[in-house]
Amino acid sequence: MLEIRLYLAQRISAAIMAPLVLLHLGLMIYAIQGGLDAGEILARTRGSLFWGSTYGLFVIAVSVHTALGLRNIMREWLQLRGMVLSSLSWLFFCGLAFAGLRAIAGLVGMS
Amino acid sequence: MSDSSTASITVHVWRGNSEGGSFDEFQVPQQPSQTILDIVTWIQRNLDAGLSYRFACRVGMCGSCAMMVNGIPRWTCRTHVNKVMRDKQLTIEPLRNLPVIKDLACDMSEFFAKWNQAQGQFQGSTTRDEKIAPISPCSPEREAANAAIECINCAICYASCDVVAWNRDYLGPAALNRAWSLQNDVRDTAGESRLAAVAGDAGCHRCHSQQGCASYCPNELNPTASIAGLKRLTASDFLRRRYRSRHA
Ligand code: SF4
Ligand code: SF4
Ligand code: FES
Repeated sequence: MLEIRLYLAQRISAAIMAPLVLLHLGLMIYAIQGGLDAGEILARTRGSLFWGSTYGLFVIAVSVHTALGLRNIMREWLQLRGMVLSSLSWLFFCGLAFAGLRAIAGLVGMS
Repeated sequence: MSDSSTASITVHVWRGNSEGGSFDEFQVPQQPSQTILDIVTWIQRNLDAGLSYRFACRVGMCGSCAMMVNGIPRWTCRTHVNKVMRDKQLTIEPLRNLPVIKDLACDMSEFFAKWNQAQGQFQGSTTRDEKIAPISPCSPEREAANAAIECINCAICYASCDVVAWNRDYLGPAALNRAWSLQNDVRDTAGESRLAAVAGDAGCHRCHSQQGCASYCPNELNPTASIAGLKRLTASDFLRRRYRSRHA
C-alpha cells in the first residue's frame, strides 16, 4: 500500500504544482513589467493570508514532489531501501519545506 | 543475381556463460532476405557447431529467438539483416538483463517467475460444462484486454527496460502488461489479489513511463500504457477501499 500512497502523493503534488507554477511565472512577469522593486512587492505581500497560503501550498507540494523524486533516484542509483531510504526522503522533505516556509514567512512578514 | 549474394558480413558473436565471455568474429556470406537468425544458424552449421542459441518457430510466434543485435533487442527470426546492418558489420549478443546460460541462450527463469508473481494466469469461476460467457468484442474492457494480449513472451521489453537493470526485483513490462490484460478480462476472478501483487515494492509504480519497452516490442504492444493503467487502477481501488471502510 505504501507504493500506492506515494504514487498518489506524487500525482496530487504535481497537480497542485502545475497551476501554481504558471501563477508564479505570470506573477514574476507582471512584477517585472510593472517595474515593481523588492520593497513594493513586499508591501503587497506583507500580512496577506492569500499569498502566504498560496505559496505555502506551493512549497509543500514542491517538497513532497521533490522528496519523492529523490527517493526514486536513491533507491535506483544508490540501491537504498527501508528505513535509510525513508529517513533520507523525510529529511529532504523537511529541509525543503523548512527553507521554503521560512522564505514565505519573510515574504508575508510573519517571522 | 545481385552481387549481394557473394558479399560477406563481419559478425561479432558473444561467446561465454554467466561468468563472462568475449566476442568471436565470423565472416558470413550475405544472402537475399536473410534474417539475423539465418546468420546465427549459418555460423553454427558451417563455422562453429558449438555455438549455442535458441529458436523454435522461425515465424515470430514462439518468442524464443530474441537477442541483442547491434545493441538493440530484436526477434531475430523476423529481423532482416539489411535493415539493421551497419557498414557490413553485425554484433550479436544475448538478451540484456537476463543471466546467460551459454553464448546467445539466456536463462528465462526469472522472466517467467515474475510472470507468475504478477499472477499472470487466468482465474475463472466456471467449468467447461457451463455456457461460454458472452463477451462483446467492442466492450471497453475487452478492447483494453485485446490491446495487451498478443504477447509472445520474447523478453525483448524486459531487456530494454532500465528499471529492470537497476532493480533486479522489478516485475518488468511483460509481466505487468499481462496482469493488465487479465484485469480487463471480465471472466477473471483474481483481480483483487493480482492488484495487490502488482502494487508492491517492485511493482507497477516503479515504471518511469519512458517507453523503452513499447519502442522495441516486436508485436507493437504498449506495456507502458498497460502499466499506466495498472497505476490508475491500483490508486482508484485503494481510494475506493478507504472510502468504503470509512463509511461502512
Ligand atoms: S516504460 Fe516502464 S516498463 Fe517500459 S521500459 Fe520504461 S520503465 Fe521499463
Ligand atoms: S510485451 Fe512485447 S516485447 Fe514484451 S515479451 Fe511480450 S511480445 Fe515480447
Ligand atoms: S523463432 Fe519463434 S519468434 Fe523467432
